[in-house]
Parts: sequence; C-alpha cells; structure tokens
Amino acid sequence: MEYSEKVMEHFRNPRNVGEIENPDGVGRVGNPVCGDIMELYIKVKDGVITDAKFKTFGCGAAIATSSMVTELVKNRTIDEALKISNRAVTEALGGLPPIKMHCSVLAEGALKKALDDYRGRISVLTSGEQAKKLLTAVNSGV
Amino acid sequence: MKRIYLDNAATTPTDERVLEAMLPFFSEMYGNPSSLHAFGQEAKYAIEEARYIAAQFIGARQEEIVFTSGGTESNNTAIKGVAYARRDKGNHIITSKIEHHAVLEPCHFLEKQGFEVTYIPVDQFGLVDPADVKKAITGKTILISVMHANNEIGTIEPIAEIGKISRDKGIYFHTDAVQTCGHVPVDVSELSVDLFSASGHKLYGPKGVGILYIRKGVRILPFMHGGDQEQGRRASTHNVPGIVGFGKAVELAREEMAKEMEQLTMLRDKMIKGILTGIEYARLNGHPKERLPNNVNVSISYVEGESMLLNLDMEGIACSTGSACTSSSLEPSHVLAATGLSHELAHGSLRFTLGKLTSEEDIDYTLTRLPVIIGKLRAMSPLYKKEVK
Repeated sequence: MEYSEKVMEHFRNPRNVGEIENPDGVGRVGNPVCGDIMELYIKVKDGVITDAKFKTFGCGAAIATSSMVTELVKNRTIDEALKISNRAVTEALGGLPPIKMHCSVLAEGALKKALDDYRGRISVLTSGEQAKKLLTAVNSGV
Repeated sequence: MKRIYLDNAATTPTDERVLEAMLPFFSEMYGNPSSLHAFGQEAKYAIEEARYIAAQFIGARQEEIVFTSGGTESNNTAIKGVAYARRDKGNHIITSKIEHHAVLEPCHFLEKQGFEVTYIPVDQFGLVDPADVKKAITGKTILISVMHANNEIGTIEPIAEIGKISRDKGIYFHTDAVQTCGHVPVDVSELSVDLFSASGHKLYGPKGVGILYIRKGVRILPFMHGGDQEQGRRASTHNVPGIVGFGKAVELAREEMAKEMEQLTMLRDKMIKGILTGIEYARLNGHPKERLPNNVNVSISYVEGESMLLNLDMEGIACSTGSACTSSSLEPSHVLAATGLSHELAHGSLRFTLGKLTSEEDIDYTLTRLPVIIGKLRAMSPLYKKEVK
C-alpha cells in the first residue's frame, strides 16, 4: 500500500492539531474497535468558519484526512462547508489507497457532525433570543 | 539517514557468503540436475550436498528432505498432501488459532472440500495447551499441525509434547518451523514431528526456496505434477542456485546460531525493558520466556500501529504492526485476538524482529526515537486525554 506524497506531507506535518476552547461545534466519529476516532472542533463567526482543529486516533490516512478537512473548511461559510464531501478531501490529498477510502468518509462524517452540532446550538440560541424578544414585547405591552 | 532493519521475521538479508556460493550456479554451472551429462551432474551434486547439510541440521535423513519454493508451498504440501493421501482414513484436522495464513488458508480450503478442522485456542501468552490437542483428537483425525514458533508474537510452542501425543495416537504431525529453523535448535526426532516446513529467506538465505521434511513412510499426495524430481514428490526443474543458497545458509546457521542466539536474546531483553520502563501504558505481547530470541512485540495504548510504523520509517527504522489499518481486511491480527488482546491494543501493536546485523546502537537509537513518536501521536489522540487526565 502506498500513500501519495500529499498524504505523507499531511501525515508528517498535520495542520491544526488540538482542541478549540469554547468551540461553536464539535464532531466526534468512529470508535477504538474499528481503529479510527476523529474529533473535529470549529469556531464560527458571522456564518464563517474562522478556525478548525482536530484530534485523531488512527492510521496515516486518518490523520492526513483529518488534517486536510480542517484546512478545507477554514474561511468557508457553513453552507460551503456542508458541501465538502469525502471525495473532495480525497482529491485534495491526491488520492487514497482503496482500503483507506473509509478514512475520508470518517473525515466527512466528523465535519457534518460538527456542523450539525453548530446549527443545533444556533437554533437553541436563536429560539432563546426570539423568546426573549417576544417576552420583552409582551412586557412592554405591545 | 541511517537505516535500521528490525523486521527480520518478514525476511532476512541474504548473507554475502550465501550469495557467493549461489552465483556460480547461474551462468557457470547451469546444468539441469536431471540431465545425465557432466553439466547436469555437477548441479545434481550441488543440490544433493545442500540436501545432506539440511537433513543433518534438523536430524533427518537426506531422502526425507524435499526442496520447495518456500514456507507457503511446504505448508500447503504438508497439509493438503496429507489430507488427500489419508482421506480414506478420516477427515479431521487439528491446528491452532495462531497459525500463519499459509497453514490457516489451506485448512479453510479443505473445510470447503468436506474436511473438518478444529482450531485450538491459545492462552494469553499465545501458548497451545497440549492437553487441548489431545482432547480434540477423534477417531477421524488424520493430521495435527501446530507451528513451532509464532511469527508475530514469537511464542515457542510445546511441539515435543504435542508430537508425543500425536505419535502415541498414530496421527501425522506437521510443524511450521519457518521462524525457528536456523534460529533455535531444531531436531525432528526430539520434536516427534512427521512433517516440518522451513524457508530460506528467513535464515539469511535467498527467497523462493524452502524445505519440507517428510518422515520416511509418510505418504503425501503431491500437488505439483510433471517430472519425477524429488522422488516424484515435487515436480519442477530444481531451483539450483536457491537450493545451494539454502544449504549454505544452513551451514552458516550451524556454525553461528549459538552465538547469535546469545547476542539476540541480550538485545531483545534490553529492548523490551527499555520500552516497558521508558513508555507509559505499554505492554509486552507473547510469552515472557518461551520466546524467540529476536522477537519484541508490544502494544502501546492510545496510539495506532500504522501511524507509529510510518513515523518510525521516517526515522529510518523498519518494523511491523498487527493493526487492522495495515491489512486489507481491516481486521486486526488474528494472533493478538487469539491471545485475548482487545481490538484497541491490537491496533496499537508493534513488532520489532532483530537479526544478526542488529547492533546495540540500533536498539539504543530506536529506544530514543520511539517515545518521541508516541508522545507526538498521543498529543494528537482523543483517547489519551480522556483516559489519562
């Protein structure tokens, strides 16, 4: 099995390793039994992903796809990030060996979960703010 | 960059003296040993000399040695050859759960052909209990095959005891000695084996050659049909340079094995101690004592084997792992699983197998690099922070 030069480059020097304190979204996928676990953290400002970090337990491909997905989502809007597929991650890495394709699926999964997590928090927040507005309006006798 | 080869269980470098012995048999003494003329006869003499050395080395008779293309062929011939030759006597085979694929796959194949196979479990150290083998024997058992030492975890099996049980019951007994022949003393009579496989490239000989010892009187059905080479037990023109190389490798092993065992045991123990004391959450796989002199197999918690292997490779250090991530099946090592090791720890396993070219500096260097690599990967691991903090 051979990895592309790009995969090895990201494996050697993974980008954005670590956690974000007070993240706006977290995606956690995989389990130790299957051999890969990824955690993806995102920070969002005005609908744009300003920072992304990861922690991964897994093989060379798992680390490289995690690293690449953090690079791909930075400075993207939420809608743009939602369109990033496992194929886009694989292509950006110059391909993956067939038996390692599941790593890119895992990376996409971690991203989708982080985005879902973010949207979940926003909707709670939004509904909270709307309720507050409504309450203020009621109190002021509108 | 300095390169350190710690994967001698996968293959060993061909000893220069072996290569030198082989070279004349490519374009000077190129005759076919089956030819009656002088060209053929000098080649024939060379392979018979190699056969004599090999036979002597394992305590066998010359005519009991069949040259093959390697360990896989020897194992296939032994298992399928006995199964088909004795089909009228029974259809049951006993083997262990930790055999090499070159034994397990022929067994799986035979299961599809109507044979029944019992796979004996092992304990946490990878040892087969001879009592379990005895219990598994039925009136239909025609063959028992248990490896001499395991290629992944290095555990040396109680072959002589199993051999005695087989002999008492009159059942053929095969051992895959690919990891032991040339590395620890082997004697087919002491081990009470009827069939014994060894490979050239695991003992500083060339690739593409091996032997199958078949005790006199043991009948097998050959699966290479053609000329009457090897007394009709294995057709095909002899691989003369390979066979000569095998003979030379065994000759060198005979002279140098004892010293090598001593040196490797010292380095092995230093490495095991260095890893277990220098790295937190590391454990030894395999048996602490009944172990090949060159085998170090450890599991490192919270990190995955392939990423450790690749990082070591970037530092010039070659080893192997039982992690699923390096296998096409995505299943971790069947051997580690059979010892009861969790998936997580099997994923984090590393095997270092030392050889006669391994120096103490090589071990020291590896022991300084490994903790750094593990530290880097643990810093990246979501498992480490949760379990440890």
